[in-house]
Amino acid sequence: MRTWMFWLVTAAVVACIFGLSRLVTNDYFFFAAYVVLQYVVMATAWNILGGYTGYVNFGTAGFYALGAYSSVVLHKLYAPPMVVLILAGGLVSGAIGLGMGYLTLRLRGVFFAIATLALAIVLETLITNWDYVGGSRGVYIIRPAAAPFFHGGYIQYLFLVMLILAGVAVCVARSIEHSKLGYGLATIRDDELAAEAAGVPTLKLKLIATVLSGALMGMAGAPLPYYITYLDPSSAFNLSLAVNSIAMPLVGGTANWIGPVLGAVFLATVQQIATVTISSALNLLFVGVILVGFVVIAPNGIIGWFARGKRRRQG
Amino acid sequence: MEALLRVEKLGKRFGGFIALESIDLAVAPGERLGLIGPNGSGKSTLVNCISGTLRNETGAVHFESRKMDGLPPHQRTRLGLARSFQLPKPFHSMTVAENLHVPMLYTVNARRGMHLSNAEIDRRVDELLQQVGLAVKSDRRPRDLTQIEMRKLELARAMAAAPKLLIADEAMAGLSHTEVDDILSLLVKLNEQGITVVLIEHIMRAVMSFSQRLAVLVAGKKIADGEPQEVMRNPEVVRAYLGE
Repeated sequence: MRTWMFWLVTAAVVACIFGLSRLVTNDYFFFAAYVVLQYVVMATAWNILGGYTGYVNFGTAGFYALGAYSSVVLHKLYAPPMVVLILAGGLVSGAIGLGMGYLTLRLRGVFFAIATLALAIVLETLITNWDYVGGSRGVYIIRPAAAPFFHGGYIQYLFLVMLILAGVAVCVARSIEHSKLGYGLATIRDDELAAEAAGVPTLKLKLIATVLSGALMGMAGAPLPYYITYLDPSSAFNLSLAVNSIAMPLVGGTANWIGPVLGAVFLATVQQIATVTISSALNLLFVGVILVGFVVIAPNGIIGWFARGKRRRQG
Repeated sequence: MEALLRVEKLGKRFGGFIALESIDLAVAPGERLGLIGPNGSGKSTLVNCISGTLRNETGAVHFESRKMDGLPPHQRTRLGLARSFQLPKPFHSMTVAENLHVPMLYTVNARRGMHLSNAEIDRRVDELLQQVGLAVKSDRRPRDLTQIEMRKLELARAMAAAPKLLIADEAMAGLSHTEVDDILSLLVKLNEQGITVVLIEHIMRAVMSFSQRLAVLVAGKKIADGEPQEVMRNPEVVRAYLGE
């Protein structure tokens, strides 16, 4: 499928999902669906660097929280429309991605992963000590009473925003996959020395991947203050966010764009159901059990499982 | 004649270990040079310094009179200096044909005034696969290849970058007699097309039949450089290979 076709199809799917959601009257559905969609964005964004390029980023919570806190700052300054918040979040996180990438992308494997984790911790410390955005006390955000161009609750508007964002993230990931850039990233994942020898400018491509990945995470975090209305560092920099963003692509499969989407929808839905029916404290336990299960029975994730079944049938 | 590749007083150390000491080497355009030396003599380190994978502490590498020092490997490849790896490093998630697409997309198309269309790239890849005898495996993944096919792929990928100078780092280690001949004739064919080839090899039969000139590295120093038969008679070379 051509790239522009994919964008059109995704737009149609987004429109359909939104159309169907108008039939739902329970507001809680939108609260839960927002989280699922947010994870679709996070998992897709993580996969651009982690899956396509092979660089494991443990600092996802840092990028996400930066998006959220740049919204807080803008909100306190002049409360711009959502589009501006999202773009600003993407810009800030993308810029931090560029800086972090420049400093850390010479590290490989475990060392890179630890450096990204350290970045998230440094950012959390900075935010915790920055009084303007509430410091460790957190900050209350009073969201607009009514959503723009929209009849319905504000949460439904946020759901739509995140739905569009998820569509954009998936399209960006798919476009990368089928482009020269995607080829280049795959060579880096396979063998970086050989990639350089074949003329691939590895540092530049890794920086592009980090910026895109970071920017999408920042965008996913940008609407958060309006969603929870009270933001504090421990919820913005939540470890479960980092764990989920890594576990979802791994469970879904990292080889192409559909893996993180499947993983995110599956894991996040399980978590939402568990939260309601059993207990919210069990969330991470589920992630852990499912992840271990997949490592044992389907190491290439859900898509790997299907690909294997297909190969078997073909003999 | 102006040398295509000129290495001057090149030195490289790993901590306290001196891997290369003041190496001078010149390769003329169109030449077939053999580079030999016992294990650990610094051959691969020299290749890595020339291709930019490692940085030399002292000395300089010039390619077509251009200073290479400080340039990352991918830029050197784009300038026409390609190498194959001693241990094949295929892109294992890609098919054999896709492996060859990469240097075309990122090296050939990065050169000024070059833009191969996708059809043109496909044609060139097919041609190259025919040439190295991997055409039937073009849709397979590297893990399905035999050892010799893997080495052919490694060479083909270096060739796909359309280099002026190709450094083949032990392209024949572990291969049988006829397989060695296969690779040799491939390299000679390349050389006939005007590509300068530096061959690093342990198999003396191959080196002697291929090289117009031979350079010998021992313990990080170049101890001989000249006409192959003459070099092999050099008492220092004999001592390095056979002992006192």
